[in-house]
Amino acid sequence: MAPTLPTSGSSALSHLRICDLTGQLAGAGATKFLAAFGAQVIRVEDPVRQGSWDILRGVPPYVDERRGVNLGGAFNNHNVEKLGITIDLRQERGKELLRKLVAVSDAVTENFAAGVFARMGFPYDELQRLKEDIVYVSNSGFGASGPYSSFRTWGPIVQAICGLTFSSGLPDLPPAGWGFSYMDHMGANYMAVAILAGLIHRNRTGEGQWIDMGCTEAGLSLCGPDLLDYTVNGRPLRRAGQPNSNRSHAPAMAPHNIYAAAGDDEWIAIACRDDDDWARLAAVIDEPWAKDARYATIDGRLGSQDALDAQMEAWTKTRDRHSTAERIRAAGVPASVVASPEDRIDRDPGTSEFGLWPIAHHTEIGDVRVDGIPVHMSETDWSIEHGSPCLGEHTDGVLRDVLGLGDDEIASLHEDKVV
Amino acid sequence: MTGPLDGMRVVELASEQAAWAGKLLADLGADVIVVEPPGGHPSRAYGPFLDDEPGPERSLYWWNYNTSKRSVVLDLDDTEDATRFRGLAGDADIVLEGEPTGRLAALGLDHEQQRADHPELIWVSVTPFGRNTSRTDDPATDLTLLAGGGPVWNCGYDDHTIPPVRGGGNQAFHIASAFAAMSVLTAILQRDVSGRGQFIDVSMHAAANVTTESGSFDWLVAKSTVIRQTGRHALSFVSQESQVRCVDGRYVNTGFPPRHAKDFENLRNWVDGLGLRDQCDEIVLLDLAVERGGVSLAALREDPLVTEIYGAGRSTLVFLAEHLTPEEFFVGAQQRGIAVGAVWSPEEAFANEHFVARGFPVEVEHEDIGRTITYPGAPFQAPKSPWRISRRPPHVAEHQAEVFGTGV
Repeated sequence: MAPTLPTSGSSALSHLRICDLTGQLAGAGATKFLAAFGAQVIRVEDPVRQGSWDILRGVPPYVDERRGVNLGGAFNNHNVEKLGITIDLRQERGKELLRKLVAVSDAVTENFAAGVFARMGFPYDELQRLKEDIVYVSNSGFGASGPYSSFRTWGPIVQAICGLTFSSGLPDLPPAGWGFSYMDHMGANYMAVAILAGLIHRNRTGEGQWIDMGCTEAGLSLCGPDLLDYTVNGRPLRRAGQPNSNRSHAPAMAPHNIYAAAGDDEWIAIACRDDDDWARLAAVIDEPWAKDARYATIDGRLGSQDALDAQMEAWTKTRDRHSTAERIRAAGVPASVVASPEDRIDRDPGTSEFGLWPIAHHTEIGDVRVDGIPVHMSETDWSIEHGSPCLGEHTDGVLRDVLGLGDDEIASLHEDKVV
Repeated sequence: MTGPLDGMRVVELASEQAAWAGKLLADLGADVIVVEPPGGHPSRAYGPFLDDEPGPERSLYWWNYNTSKRSVVLDLDDTEDATRFRGLAGDADIVLEGEPTGRLAALGLDHEQQRADHPELIWVSVTPFGRNTSRTDDPATDLTLLAGGGPVWNCGYDDHTIPPVRGGGNQAFHIASAFAAMSVLTAILQRDVSGRGQFIDVSMHAAANVTTESGSFDWLVAKSTVIRQTGRHALSFVSQESQVRCVDGRYVNTGFPPRHAKDFENLRNWVDGLGLRDQCDEIVLLDLAVERGGVSLAALREDPLVTEIYGAGRSTLVFLAEHLTPEEFFVGAQQRGIAVGAVWSPEEAFANEHFVARGFPVEVEHEDIGRTITYPGAPFQAPKSPWRISRRPPHVAEHQAEVFGTGV
């Protein structure tokens, strides 16, 4: 007898079941949010290729010297609180199992390249036939239609295409871009919005639908003011001196930059929102140049921004980044070190007191800290206690408790390597 | 056809950090009433402006974040207006605000003071450090939140004498607003079951902290620290460059090099098709890759020839990029099954045939200025409950009379 399926500590979405074929972060991050709020998220993976349609299964970081498909830290981080089953969808009996699961789910989610899930035998028509009001959300790089729909992406490609890489950098240098898959995070967030909004619509009307998300479009929607400057004023962001993303154009602020601090590769970010901020910062600096009358107004500071930045950095670069940031903040002016992972995870009360790094218990890895959810709800807050599922960890439990199969049938599915 | 939030009322206290969440809810069909202070919200003074002339109705920044909303003006420090706000919030499904912590409580207007009378109300507060930490009242901006919250650590250049870089576009606001919107939708689904609303505390700092990918989990799992690198992922080791300058000076991201025989064959045929065989130093290795049936990543460190062949795939992508424009390289590679991207500026992407074919740019009538303005469109296509800009961004207090039956 298989063990009983684990349940979540949050009741926010515990009435919902998601048939989840997502992977990596752009998809898995969306269903992680739902799972943390109690949705029963059943991850379907491939037994033949050891779950490798998610390339994060079994890749570093690891907690110790052990290696294997169940031991990857990134996969664990993105898949806490989910159930994991394996189904061989190449076999007809496997397809039949997935059909049964769809029929008892509220939503089906995937982030394969466009068209892949349909070719596996599950176009939207079929999903709808199985469950008339199913909410199906697909998240691909370019969406399911249009000339590039067959093109493949991952975070850095999405960011390159949508303008986010270009808009992040310093003048006269190549694009710096985002040193991580920002659009995997924001793609996941948008996908969660799509799933939740689809379920709300279903609750109101009884209608399901296929929601087609193209991650590049989600990325473009994060470049709005620059796009409007182009469509309204005809001014492209690709122009001399731009971008300079460490400065602030909207609103105009100065000083506003990342400055060298004492030490090797240590930095401090400082932003003066208005003239009062500057007056307080100038008092902290307490040097004659900071009292220069031309710096008293925003127009004066913007007009001399290069000189001001040079003077600011001459002041910061002999000073410790932590104590300097604290002194500036104590004067009411926004400042922060460019925080290392250790700074912000282990030494910052702003994250620890928020409970941002819960410890999830993983069946094989053991206890490991993961990214929490950056919100708290007063009545039905999130809960993260269970680590990601091992490959096929909940197959028997789901077949029995969710799909109602008997022990003999489950044994036969194992025997034929369907699960 | 209506949006998924059709029939829901949101009262949004105008702020920078939650404006995008309000826009998301408004474009999803909610009736969002943005409450501005007398004179209009300060972000109406943020550029760029229509025809470069400043003015509260001319800020493209304001336009971007306030489509589909209605505007009223209330002075919360004024007793009568405070009463109006209380009534407005009490009638709403959702209150969305980014006020400094404590301000609304001091005015007698926060959720604690209204929940007893309105247990169904969902109230979401977006603040820099959340409501209840020792950093709650620290001053912050988009720059300092992204610097202190982790994203900036990952971003910049191989040359570490150059400062790390803040990603463009006020993304701390977008990240926090995304979590605000996700939480609100979750609370709506919860209320469908329980009939009860709740208070949602969003920390922008926390939101940035869980938006750094391996920057966080490498430390959480293995106490390993990632290093920033030009145009590619920060990693705990230095990886090969993937951003290449094209023939016209613009850039592409070359992604992962090919591994399968078919990819190598496509690459070789592409070089041949362009008539570049004689200039391509790696062509022999590409031939060999095809013959050997591709490369196995597992053999990379074991077999020097495999390493060489794998490197030849990457070098050939660089070689091709240097001979082509970003568009030629991007489309050419993708048509051959190799995932690469052009580093486009936002407007280059926006004007591209793919996004136009999908209807991403949308026209919004601005009858007030006699123009139709093209906006960025739907982040996802939901045919039964479409995302839609239902009205142009509002003027200051434009809907005062229809909301309160009186002028400002």
